[in-house]
Amino acid sequence: MKTGASELREGVRDGIPICLGYFSVSMAYGMTAVLSGLPLPAAVMISLTNLTSAGQFAETNLILAGGTWLELAITMLVINIRYFLMSLSMSQKVEEKMTSGQRLAVAFGITDEIFAVAMKHPRALSAAYMAGLICVPVVGWVGGTFLGGALTSLLPASISNAFGIALYGMFIAVVVPAAKQARPVLFTAVLAVILSVVCYYTPALTFLSGGWSIIVITVIASGAAAFLFPVPEETKGDSEKKKEGMEP
Amino acid sequence: MITDWRYLLTGIGIMAGMTYLIRVIPMAVFRKKITNRFVRSFLSYVPYSVLSAMTFPAILYSTGSVASAAAGCAAALALAYWNKGLLTVALGAAAAVLLAQTAGL
Repeated sequence: MKTGASELREGVRDGIPICLGYFSVSMAYGMTAVLSGLPLPAAVMISLTNLTSAGQFAETNLILAGGTWLELAITMLVINIRYFLMSLSMSQKVEEKMTSGQRLAVAFGITDEIFAVAMKHPRALSAAYMAGLICVPVVGWVGGTFLGGALTSLLPASISNAFGIALYGMFIAVVVPAAKQARPVLFTAVLAVILSVVCYYTPALTFLSGGWSIIVITVIASGAAAFLFPVPEETKGDSEKKKEGMEP
Repeated sequence: MITDWRYLLTGIGIMAGMTYLIRVIPMAVFRKKITNRFVRSFLSYVPYSVLSAMTFPAILYSTGSVASAAAGCAAALALAYWNKGLLTVALGAAAAVLLAQTAGL
């Protein structure tokens, strides 16, 4: 059994790469938002309360265009509906002893990257680990927004362009090693990529843009993999042993 | 510059509320471990399908030129195949993009 302090430390350590990735992306967000006419405090507030990239980028454009409340709500639902599946998946990996309050707090921090790292974590997720894994990236996300907005356009475009790929690199770092180890994961990933490419380049499917296509693809690819490669039944004794590690 | 703070604050509130609702409902509702084998299998594959679908083909349009993005993507795939950590893969991909852009791609 790990102590709270060491779990927190581990969460902070795992949160640092996310924080760095977020910093560059949110700097770009802060710059563009302020340059397009959003007050800096509003941009910072959006980053702090939303903690979501594509969702808040799109919504910022909508707000700048004077969108209605309904438009704001529906757009956010469509772009971020994937968090619903991530949250469902993560609900199965949090420690059973996690309190309601802690669950409500952890839910706030579900992003693509935090989810990816949490699912890679070898043990059940404790509140202390998640606190570190969430808080460090939040600092990067909000700090980057502020700095980007405050500095507007001092960073050379080539550098910020290059960092656009950093977060995708993290996704690849999660999927590839797992796919190398387990054939069903490779199947899932390849199927998802094929479907995503087809969706993207087929004009008739463009209505499935952004958020919806991710959801549809996730359901099809995970469903096919679950049908073809069901995970082994776990007996209660086994999972307890796994969680406790190598305790004497 | 937008100066209508009433509009801004309400809009931000709607954004934040919607995002949080989507994240919190499953976490609050599914308190027990799900025992159904198909559902457990499905959820264990979700991370890989969602991340793969988000990465391709979007990664190719993440840097301003498809050629430099392809170089970064190749670097990320290779580094990840050699089991490098998250940060190494992310920075390696960005470095490859910079190199490719310097080379005029």
